[in-house]
Amino acid sequence: MVGPLDTVLLVALGVLALVFGALVFTLNSMARVTFALLAALVCVGGITAVLGLPYLGVVIVLMMVMEMVIMAVFMIAYMMNPAGLMPMSMLHNKRGALAISGVVFAALVAGIFAVPWPARTGIRPRDTTFQVGRSLMGDQMLTMVTLGFVLLATMVGATVLATRRGRYDRFGDDLDRRPADDPAGGGVGR
Amino acid sequence: MVEAGAWWTVLAGPALLLGLAVLAVAGDAVLDARDAGRTVTLTAVVRPFLGVPRALVAQPRRLPAADVLLWRAGVITVPVAAVLSTLVIPFGNRMAADLSVGVVWFNAMEVLTWAGLWLAGWGPNAAFSLIGGYRFLAQGLAYELPLMFALISAATGAQSLRVGDIAAAQAGLWYVVWMPVAFVAYLAGVLAFSFLGPFAYPVGRDLSGGVLSETSGVDRLLLQAGRWLWLTSGAAMAVPLFLGGGAGPGLPAWAWSLIKTLVVLGALVWALRRLPVIRADRYVEFAWVVLIPLSVVQTLVPALVDLNR
Amino acid sequence: MTFELILVLAAGLFCTGLFGALSQQSIVMIMMGIELMIGGIIVAAADFWHFLAPAQGSGQVVIVAAVVAMAVEMAMGFAVTTAIYRARQVDMTDMAEELKG
Repeated sequence: MVGPLDTVLLVALGVLALVFGALVFTLNSMARVTFALLAALVCVGGITAVLGLPYLGVVIVLMMVMEMVIMAVFMIAYMMNPAGLMPMSMLHNKRGALAISGVVFAALVAGIFAVPWPARTGIRPRDTTFQVGRSLMGDQMLTMVTLGFVLLATMVGATVLATRRGRYDRFGDDLDRRPADDPAGGGVGR
Repeated sequence: MVEAGAWWTVLAGPALLLGLAVLAVAGDAVLDARDAGRTVTLTAVVRPFLGVPRALVAQPRRLPAADVLLWRAGVITVPVAAVLSTLVIPFGNRMAADLSVGVVWFNAMEVLTWAGLWLAGWGPNAAFSLIGGYRFLAQGLAYELPLMFALISAATGAQSLRVGDIAAAQAGLWYVVWMPVAFVAYLAGVLAFSFLGPFAYPVGRDLSGGVLSETSGVDRLLLQAGRWLWLTSGAAMAVPLFLGGGAGPGLPAWAWSLIKTLVVLGALVWALRRLPVIRADRYVEFAWVVLIPLSVVQTLVPALVDLNR
Repeated sequence: MTFELILVLAAGLFCTGLFGALSQQSIVMIMMGIELMIGGIIVAAADFWHFLAPAQGSGQVVIVAAVVAMAVEMAMGFAVTTAIYRARQVDMTDMAEELKG
C-alpha cells in the first residue's frame, strides 16, 4: 500500500510538519513565525502528494506560499514586535490552553487506536486529479457551488470591511463629482 | 511522444538552463553596447560576467540586526525555484520529471519567488530593501491571475495538466494562434516573475536597488542569476505551452525546442529593454480591469472547442 | 499501522494549532493557529481517502473544502482585523472584549 520510499518521505515530512508547527508558537520573530507555518503547511502538501494526491498536494503548496506571504505583510503591520528583537510573551491563559489541547490530543489518539476502522473499499483510480474534478463537477456539484458562493461572499464582505472609502468619499455627497477623488490618480478609463 | 529522460537529465536540464541564461545576459550586454553607441566587441559581450569572480570572493555585507537565516533562505529560493521549475519542461522529447500535474508544478515553483523575494527584502533589516519586497508582492497580485488563466487556457485546450500532453495536443495548430491573449499574458507574467524590464519595480532605481540594495557578493549574484534563470525558464516553458513543443519539419525535436526557446528568449530580451518600468499600483488596475476579464474570455475559447470536439 | 500514525500526526498538528488559537492574544496569531488546525484536517482527510475509500472522490472534496476554508478564514480575519484596528487601534483579543456576545 505504501512503498518504502513513500514511508521514509511520510516520516520525514510528518516530523518536519510537527517541528515547524511547534516553532510557530515558540519563535519570537513574526517573520520567522509566518515562514515556520508556511514550512509546516508545505509539509502537509507534501504528505498529501505522497499519499497519492499530487494535484491537491501541489495546489496546497502553491496556495500556502501566496497566503503566507500575504499573511507576513499583515503580521508585520499588526504585531508590535515583528522582528522579535525584544522578546516578550503574548500569551494569555497558557496553562489552560495547554491543558485543553493536551486533553483533546489524548482523546483523539485514544479514539484513533480504539475505533475499529473499516477495511479499505475499492481501488485507487489511475488519475486522482481526474477523480477530484469528476466529483466536483458531478455528484459533489452542490459542494462546489456552495464553495463558490462562500468565496464570493468572502470577497465582497472582506472588501467592504477593509475599505475605508466608499462611493460618497469618491464622488462627493451628491455622487456627481467627476473625476473621482482618489488618493492615487490615473488608472484605466480616467 | 514525450517522456521522462534518464537520471542524467536531472543534471543536464539545469546546465542547459544556465547556458541559455548566460546567452540571454550576453545578448542583453550586446544590446547595451549597441544602444550606448559602442562597437560590439567580445569585451562588450563578456562585460557582465567579469564581475562574477569578484562577487564570489567578496566579503559579505554585514548589517545590524539582520535576519540572516531568512535572508539567506530568500536569496537561495529564487534561483533554486527557477531550476526546479524546469524539471517539467520537455526539451525535445525528454524531460527530467514527467509529472502528471506539470503545469501546476511550474506555477507553484514560480509562486515560491514571492516568498523568496519578500524574504530577501525583509532579511537585511533595511527600509529600501523591505519596500522592494513589498513592491514585488503588489506586482505579484497583479500578474499572477492573468498568468494562471494563461496556463489554464493551454491546459484546457489539451485537457491535461501534463506538459508533454499539452505539447502533443498542438500537432494541428499551435495554441499561440488561437490563444493569443493567453500567450501575451503569459509572456508579461514571465517578465514579471523575473522582475526584469517593465517589471523591475521591486529593484527600481528610485529605491536605490530595492531588494538588491543591501545584497553583496554571492547573495547579489544569486538574486541576479535567479532573475535571468527565471526569464530563461519562462521562455522555455512557452514553447510546449503555446508553440507546439519540439514539433517541426526536418530537424530533430530537441533542435526545434532549442530554436523556439532561443527565439522567445531573444524576443523577451529585446522587449524588456524597450518598455519603461511600470508602477505596481498602475499595473494592478490594468491587470484586474483589463487583463483578467480578457484572460477569462480566452479560457472560454478552448473550453468551448473541447465541448464540440 | 501507517494509517493510524498519520492520523496521530494530524491530531498533533490540530492540537498544536488549538493551543495557539487558545493561548495567543494577537488576532493574527490566532489565525495562524486556526490555519495549523485546518492543516491537520487536510492530513487526516488525505489519510482517510488513501487508506479507507480511494474509489470515491469525497475524501478529496473534503481537502478542497478545507483549503477554501483556509482562504476564507484568512481573508475575513484580516478584513475584521483591519476594520477593528482602524476603528479603535485594537489588535489583541483582550482589548476587544466589548465584542463578547
